[in-house]
Amino acid sequence: MKIDRNNILTALSILAFFLFVWWGNHHLTAYAVRIWEDTLIFLMLAAGYNLINGVAGQFSLEPNGFVAIGAYVTAILILTPAQKESMFIIEPMVPWLAHLHMSFLPALIIGGIVTAIVGFILGFPVFRVRGDYLAIVTLGFGLTIRVVSNNTITITNGALGLKGLPTYTNIWWCAVWAVLAMIVIMRIVDSAFGRAMKAIRDDEDAAIAMGINTLWMKQIAFVTAAFFEGVGGGLLASLITIISPTVFTFFLTFELLIIIVVGGLGSMTGTVIATVLVVWGSELLRVVEQPMNIFGLHIPGIPGMRMVVFSILLIVVMIFAREGIMGQREFSWDWLLNKIKGKRA
Amino acid sequence: MNLTIVLQQLVNGISLGSLYGLVAIGYTMVYGVIRLINFAHGDIMMVGMYFAFTGIAMLFLPWWAAFLLSMLASALVGVIIDRVAYKPLRNASRISALITAIGVSFFLENSFLVIYGGVPKAFPVPSLFGGAVNIHGVIFPNIAIITPIVAIIFLMILLFILHKTKYGMAMRALSLDFETVRIMGVNVDLVISVVFAIGSFLAALSGIFWAMRYPAINPLIGIMPGLKAFAAAVLGGIGSVAGAAIGGFIIGISEILIVALFPSLAGYKDAFAFLFLIFVLLFKPTGIMGEDLERGRF
Repeated sequence: MKIDRNNILTALSILAFFLFVWWGNHHLTAYAVRIWEDTLIFLMLAAGYNLINGVAGQFSLEPNGFVAIGAYVTAILILTPAQKESMFIIEPMVPWLAHLHMSFLPALIIGGIVTAIVGFILGFPVFRVRGDYLAIVTLGFGLTIRVVSNNTITITNGALGLKGLPTYTNIWWCAVWAVLAMIVIMRIVDSAFGRAMKAIRDDEDAAIAMGINTLWMKQIAFVTAAFFEGVGGGLLASLITIISPTVFTFFLTFELLIIIVVGGLGSMTGTVIATVLVVWGSELLRVVEQPMNIFGLHIPGIPGMRMVVFSILLIVVMIFAREGIMGQREFSWDWLLNKIKGKRA
Repeated sequence: MNLTIVLQQLVNGISLGSLYGLVAIGYTMVYGVIRLINFAHGDIMMVGMYFAFTGIAMLFLPWWAAFLLSMLASALVGVIIDRVAYKPLRNASRISALITAIGVSFFLENSFLVIYGGVPKAFPVPSLFGGAVNIHGVIFPNIAIITPIVAIIFLMILLFILHKTKYGMAMRALSLDFETVRIMGVNVDLVISVVFAIGSFLAALSGIFWAMRYPAINPLIGIMPGLKAFAAAVLGGIGSVAGAAIGGFIIGISEILIVALFPSLAGYKDAFAFLFLIFVLLFKPTGIMGEDLERGRF
């Protein structure tokens, strides 16, 4: 990477972001820190999802499956053998997993790698179909993962799930991984690979005619997304400390889908903006689910109202603002500096 | 395993299969006409169940009136969904329409969660459908016998509409060439509305029979049968009504038989439909009755 103005500015802003994390970790309330952790994990998941859906244009619905795999692998690796023994009450865990124990970083990386391998194997059958069929097949994958994790009792403890995971995840883990994911994904988008992916998105037949190996390009996007979604799953597992087959449902995929659609399919800048909007917005919307008193008028809370609002939001965005916030545009320092210079002149 | 059990399971499978088939018809017709996988179609099943539940348990209507009103109201819901959410996207990319359909599906699920709550409701099964008959020592639940009969009657009516009426001709024409039909002066939007109405009507019918088969209903109940019905539609050859019915029977019977023959795999039964779907897409993406995905037939 060459040292020029733009890269220095990027490095400085990442440094500023870490300074903010350091400050926030000491001065923000526990609740605010938790929301930041959620935001950063979702940013990582959504960026990977946008790489495959927005940049490569392969509309798929698998993230909950990938996140679940990453979460289970990481959780199994960070639980102590004693914890596992007391938790697996229906059937004991398979021995080679029961004695496995390691610290958080290798567990996360292995979680990511296992998910990436699953993504790689999955890619061969699913990328033989395009468009809406791909969406359904990948949706089926997410459901299959849930069915499998429900039934492989000697590995996942079935419907009981895994409890009492050590809480390693803090804002630093989330921030470093999120920044790493963004750098890697942005580098891919800016590379020849990224341009090939965009070519596939815009016209797959033309891309094939230009000599692009479309399966290989889709696999690169898919495996990269799978790795970061797996790591994100591991971070989530250690953050919520309890996982079961019902934790990572299609709701998770739906939330990520809203993020990338609102931000603009294919724009990482849009993903950043929309992640903040959706995660924070969903916290603000908790108000509608709680009972409130307005001028003595008692309005009972409506549980589930948030998802109704979100689904209406998705439909409205698709009908009236299909481009989302950023369309396919990206933020760049040149654009910002020109804007500032333009104002001065 | 003796013959009695095989026979029982077969009737069971046919009955389940006809429920999938009824839902699959809606998928296949909508796909045939506007090339959209109507994600919300499985949820229409759930809507039908809750409408019928409301009619019987809250408005105290006789069961036949509640069922009929529920199916008509669900048909209306289907038409409204099309007009509000899908019609503005007719000329957009298919992925945009698909994302909207996912949004509609979530909207239906969550608004019913808000209205009726997440606790499963006991569906009041009319006594006609509740009992069982004993034929030479083989016990069949009434519902397992009535379901396929009702399904086949409605399938016949649908095939009649498709092949003998003006609207049916318009639907078949639309699936062949959307633009030309529009140029010919056919009121395309009206025909599409009729397609949504028919599909939703049948989905609600299937939902009501599903609820009588498994009489505990919740707002997320439509997801799994909806997806399996989609698999059935693809298996039968998407765009073909008869294919959808056949695909439904195959998925239903094989699901029941797999569980009956290999009880240890029972936990995985929800995954089978997808393995099926993946294999069909890999080796015969046009399905049983389909020849060419780009040509519609019904």
